[in-house]
Amino acid sequence: MIASLHHGGSRERPVAQVPKPVILLLLIGLGLQVVWHHWRPAPTATASALPYAPPADVLSVASLGDAIAFSRILNLWLQMYDNQPGISIPFRELDYARVTSWLQASLTLDPRGHYPLLAAVRLYGEVPDPERQEQMLEFTYEKFLEAPLERWPWMAHAILIARHRLENFELALKYANALADKAIGPQVPHWVQQMSIFVLEDMGETEAAGILIGGLLESGRITDPQEFSFLSDRLNLLAESGQSGDER
Amino acid sequence: MSIETMRHKFGPVAVIARYTALEAFRTRYIWLVVALLLAGLGIALFIGDLAITETRQTQAAITAALLRFAAVLLVILFVTTSVHRDFSDKSVEMMLSLPLPRAGYYLGKLFGYALVAALTAAPLSGLLMFFAPAEAGLIWGLSLLLELVLVCALSLLFAFTFNQITGAISATLLFYLLGRSIAAIQLMAHGPLTNQAQTSTQITTGLVDGLAYLLPDLDQFSRSAWLVYPSGSTGDLVPLLVQTMIYVALLSAVALFDLYRKNF
Repeated sequence: MIASLHHGGSRERPVAQVPKPVILLLLIGLGLQVVWHHWRPAPTATASALPYAPPADVLSVASLGDAIAFSRILNLWLQMYDNQPGISIPFRELDYARVTSWLQASLTLDPRGHYPLLAAVRLYGEVPDPERQEQMLEFTYEKFLEAPLERWPWMAHAILIARHRLENFELALKYANALADKAIGPQVPHWVQQMSIFVLEDMGETEAAGILIGGLLESGRITDPQEFSFLSDRLNLLAESGQSGDER
Repeated sequence: MSIETMRHKFGPVAVIARYTALEAFRTRYIWLVVALLLAGLGIALFIGDLAITETRQTQAAITAALLRFAAVLLVILFVTTSVHRDFSDKSVEMMLSLPLPRAGYYLGKLFGYALVAALTAAPLSGLLMFFAPAEAGLIWGLSLLLELVLVCALSLLFAFTFNQITGAISATLLFYLLGRSIAAIQLMAHGPLTNQAQTSTQITTGLVDGLAYLLPDLDQFSRSAWLVYPSGSTGDLVPLLVQTMIYVALLSAVALFDLYRKNF
């Protein structure tokens, strides 16, 4: 059969040389296999619960010395967990403590990787469930504090989610203050420091926002004339609105 | 059929089976099984140190999965290299020159390799009984034996079919892995993400379904769930036994078809 492809027709004996019982066994075996498969219950899709991530030591051994590649595989595996064979599980039904343990494991394997933080903020943090969203934002906050200069973009995302999705201004301010205090360096743009000002404005804390802008302008860190002008205008507007508020 | 006739007919088959099994000792295959056993024990103890809860279950599940795959690999390598050696040193031609049908030679080899499979599965099953209930370990071991017998027949077929060891081992491994994952592939093909309105998807799904009809349900064999959540019973082995018998018969028929057409 398959051998004929390898040896060529000349080296094969004719099919007539095959005893009839062998051909009969072949046909019966094939028929029985098809009937058996048809008779057996069809495979059913069962959603398996997401387990907790194993300890970092185990994952390190399992990575066979290539922690970064293994971390990437973990990211994709976790990301695809909602789509197990034949079944689709909404993210909101996942146990977020377990999701966090996997994101943490991935970051432990590859601390320079941004994938787990992006997944935390933009994937798992987008579910319409405030409790789960806050879990993801807190995870991002904790990881931001470990490496603020590398992870500030995800903290900025977290502020936007806290402010616009959760409408939790206290939380947004906490994150914005952390961003302003910790993410200071040549690779971090100035608007990052200014996020707390806008959150304060949204909260109606115009005086505090004005103090922050004034401090920022006096610090000498704003060197771009356009940016300086924008913030000065903003400070004037806040001062005007504060005065009109006092007059009323 | 008298006992004398049976002895005359099946005597050579038993002799070939005996010498095939003896080859496992002569080529020090058995020492590899012992090494695998020790490695399995080491892995289980190492996992026991790492696990913070459900230690026994974690040890049993991970060790069983690793041992099963290692045992399958060992059996594939043993059968393929053994058949290749028979062809290289012309012992096949010598045996076929005797008054022995080709089917007799094939059955002798198959029974011999099945004995080797039993020698491989038994100690591994015994090891797992330390980390899981004895009955669960026994059911897992018997299931592993059936799986290894199926792998023996598969390796034998591809060893006869392909002239090169690399080709034979690769084909056997691919077939085995496909057999283990076909149920998951079938579920994904029918899953919610596939657009069954598209012709290309319908063709792919049809191909996968057709393939599933021709492959054994290997994912049903040697399940870790038996060891972790002792829910298995000997009744679970019946469908596996039937599947093994059907598929070994089918693989034997294909292998014999090839063997009878071979020119030596």
